[in-house]
Amino acid sequence: MTLTPFETLIIICMVTLGTMLTRFLPFLLFKGTKSKNSYIGYLGQVLPYSVIGLLVVYCLKDVSFTNPPYGLPEAIAILCITILHYWKENTLLSIGVGTVIYMFLVQTVFI
Amino acid sequence: MRENIKALKAAFPHTIPVFTGFTFLGIAYGILMNSKGYGVGWTVLMSLMAFAGSAQYVAITFLTTVFNPVYALLLTIMVNARHLFYGIAMLDKYKDAGKVKPYLIFGLCDETFSIVCSTEPPEGVSRSSFYFFITLLDHSYWVLGSAIGGLLGSMVSFNTKGLSFVLTALFVVIFVGQWKSQQDHKPAVIGVVCSVLCLAIFGSSNFIIPAMLAILAVLTIYHKGYVKDKKLIEEKA
Repeated sequence: MTLTPFETLIIICMVTLGTMLTRFLPFLLFKGTKSKNSYIGYLGQVLPYSVIGLLVVYCLKDVSFTNPPYGLPEAIAILCITILHYWKENTLLSIGVGTVIYMFLVQTVFI
Repeated sequence: MRENIKALKAAFPHTIPVFTGFTFLGIAYGILMNSKGYGVGWTVLMSLMAFAGSAQYVAITFLTTVFNPVYALLLTIMVNARHLFYGIAMLDKYKDAGKVKPYLIFGLCDETFSIVCSTEPPEGVSRSSFYFFITLLDHSYWVLGSAIGGLLGSMVSFNTKGLSFVLTALFVVIFVGQWKSQQDHKPAVIGVVCSVLCLAIFGSSNFIIPAMLAILAVLTIYHKGYVKDKKLIEEKA
């Protein structure tokens, strides 16, 4: 533990507060909106797909493609996950195999 | 009571993928926390209160440097800014949830969102209790998984390098699943392209907010075409 118990508790509260702000805000802001065909309704339909794309990029934000290993472990693991998930559509299998491949690559092949 | 059991039975099958994912992610989180010297109690408290996978992983960095609560708050908001979009997507479905609505919103994490946005309750099961049990089950898996990880972490030690890749793997899996289920790939492509461009322009520590704005802008431009396409499809039908 780097922080004291009191400091740790404060950090946990901050993470909770920050998360809850982002979760509750839309419901407080757009209380009266109801039409499915409204602009907000449209955003509600398409955003889920865009946001997951953003999340994938977010996870890879610190990967360097100009320095060794040139993002190869990530690329190989993601390729395996994509193929496996397209084929079997088993979430645990895809996540488990993908992670094990990645760990193997960064621990033994691309050190 | 019987109503509740019915809703729980209807909700459970939908949460099985999250059960597997969260057990894995939660265990990894508990082990990571443990490797930084934070025991199972802290891990469980964090999982119970924040219930936000990626923010909790990022929070490990707040717990292992100099105490800075304001920075922790701001970075959490940045990391979780995507939840603003989830809320917008669920406005309609959660509209009449009544008493459980605050809990539903509290528990609207990535994985819960990915289920509730794509499933409807079966006939005879109330919408609010169906979504309530999905949220409650997911929340329990997460807390339980991280507790197991926290306990395991103090017993076994192994090379955890690369373990946090489970998070990337999870989102790739959700992305592939959505891609398969949708015919219109434009929203997904817009999300990836805007994010990559903003990452290249603004750098890794500042790109989330610009990327969200860029996604909003492109989706707004695409709105007209989307409405037209939908009308064409409806006319054909």
